[in-house]
Amino acid sequence: MGLSAAIPLSAAEARRVLFQLTLIRTFEERVLKLVSDGSIRGTTHPYVGQEAVAVGACLPLRADDWVMSTHRGHGHLLAKGGDANRLMAELFGKATGYGGGKGGTQHMADYAVGHLGSNGITGGGIPIGTGAALSAQMRRSGQVVVIFFGDGAVNQGTFHESLNLAALWRLPAVYVCENNLYAMSTPVHEACAIEHIADRAAAYGMPGTRVDGMDVLAVAAVVRTAVERARAGRGPSLIECKTYRFLGHSKSDQRVYRSREEEAAWRERDPIARFRASMMEHGLASAAELDAIARDAAAAVDAAVDFAQSSPFPGPGALTEGVFSLPCEDSRERGRAREGPDA
Amino acid sequence: MRELTYWQALQEALREAMQRDPSVFLMGEDIGEYGGAFGVTRGLLAEFGPERVRCTPISEATIVGAATGAALTGMRPVVEIMFMDFLTLAMDQLANHAAKFRYMYGSQAQVPLVVRAPAGGGRCYGATHSQSLEAWFLHVPGVKVIAPATPADAKALLTLAIRDNNPVLCVEHKLLYATTGMVPDTPEPTAIGCAAVRRAGHDVTLVAYSYYVGVALQAADALAAEGIDAEVIDLRSLVPMDTATILGSVRKTGRLVCVEEGTRSGGVGAEIAARVAEEAYEYLDAPIRRIAAADVPIPFSPALEPQALPQQDDIVRAARGLCR
Repeated sequence: MGLSAAIPLSAAEARRVLFQLTLIRTFEERVLKLVSDGSIRGTTHPYVGQEAVAVGACLPLRADDWVMSTHRGHGHLLAKGGDANRLMAELFGKATGYGGGKGGTQHMADYAVGHLGSNGITGGGIPIGTGAALSAQMRRSGQVVVIFFGDGAVNQGTFHESLNLAALWRLPAVYVCENNLYAMSTPVHEACAIEHIADRAAAYGMPGTRVDGMDVLAVAAVVRTAVERARAGRGPSLIECKTYRFLGHSKSDQRVYRSREEEAAWRERDPIARFRASMMEHGLASAAELDAIARDAAAAVDAAVDFAQSSPFPGPGALTEGVFSLPCEDSRERGRAREGPDA
Repeated sequence: MRELTYWQALQEALREAMQRDPSVFLMGEDIGEYGGAFGVTRGLLAEFGPERVRCTPISEATIVGAATGAALTGMRPVVEIMFMDFLTLAMDQLANHAAKFRYMYGSQAQVPLVVRAPAGGGRCYGATHSQSLEAWFLHVPGVKVIAPATPADAKALLTLAIRDNNPVLCVEHKLLYATTGMVPDTPEPTAIGCAAVRRAGHDVTLVAYSYYVGVALQAADALAAEGIDAEVIDLRSLVPMDTATILGSVRKTGRLVCVEEGTRSGGVGAEIAARVAEEAYEYLDAPIRRIAAADVPIPFSPALEPQALPQQDDIVRAARGLCR
């Protein structure tokens, strides 16, 4: 008996999942430290606590499937196979970052790994991901688009418009709501009149599923079902992952709107500790091997910080470069994951 | 050379683009059998089918957002927003997303998106169906704005817009759709961002775009009868703006009247006036004048609407005043 009947993982695959979960956690904790000490300017929206959603949702995806990310997006990028070095460099505003330092924490993309972009407007990415699904359908590429958004986004008009359109046109889209219970400080029950966001799926004529967002393989299982449905041309799905962000909304959040007891209760359900324990229980790794994974993740983050800190800031000319694309580049191959960093 | 209406010229641009490039497709409300609110897409559904002529629900934010997502991933969508006023509903998608992705995400992200928007008043449609909102987009780096005045330019500029790898807003004045003009078989101009001198003159420069190019030309005829020789510049695109052609003309005439249908404050004319004041102040023999809509919501009443919108006489009076 493996970790999950629905998602059978080899020992190597399980170690890879644990590495990704741990990499995201370690990366985010380090970023918060670097923001606090002023090494990174601006703000950050830590993904700590929600790692199982990004990693679980990306597990059933093909390399050329797309994900659409959010303001809390570092985890999505790492889970889809993004480069921690370029991600960290972008947070530092360096020329080697994903957007050459012009995007920052909420605005980066990696088309080579199928990451369409993170987005600083709540609900802003939902139509764009929907359009990528339309494109996949029209190009008959077989690609599926996973569109991440939080509980705060579901009361934007774009949520309603996009889910309706996707269902109407049977688009290959999987809408993954990360319900972490708070839109900044506003509890979801003060923003939504119904308890389960997944129930809204019925209004659009698509399946709606709730899942434990602290269980990486449970997330992977429901997303896989939705991805298979989408790839078969049977249309979109809405998945609600019940999850929790362990830290504040952003760097300056003192979390006055929730209790330390509530936080402690959710910490008991830590998705990484659970997955790690489960791996031990099923004999997929020894304690020493698990510790090595944690060390590998820490080393990757160390290397990313070194890369970012030793990279140059954008040079002269960067400010005004890239407001427009060159007028008439031939770009028929756009839409496939493409190689190469930004010019 | 054939004579076409403005709407036919736009339709030719759409048809030829769709024939040439399978990634071009249309999205919008009632653009199928109905042919769009102003008939530009009539017949295209039968020709290209529902996959490429996509009638949408009334969801402007998602129409533009989905088109942006499709554009990022290999398609070339052309969106029709039924009335330019409804761009307000899609403004976040245009201004925060489509316009910024190339800059924020780097060259991997390109947004070859066209948004066509029937604009302007003169038909007593009232305040939410008559606006000229193009000036807003001068304030959003990353969006090009074309505003063709003739059928020939309508075809050429829309063709260029569809081939462009940036978001392009196509301003289509409702009063132009039925106008006719000769359309060359080889499109001209060959780039977005080139103004045209529609009438050469020495005394005063009239800068206009879209429907008001024709009004400015009529005003120039009236001025000629008084012995005032006006030069008329058709901007053709507002972003990029062909400042060099404007400056060259003002250096010659020493007088400038900016004509637009949008409201006066913060308008296109204000931007032109500022550029001329910065770059050619020493050539000016008279103050710069702006002819624009009054700073009011466009009123419905047939008695009031013409008072709100610029008229040919307003241009004539302003130019005459400068030349005294």
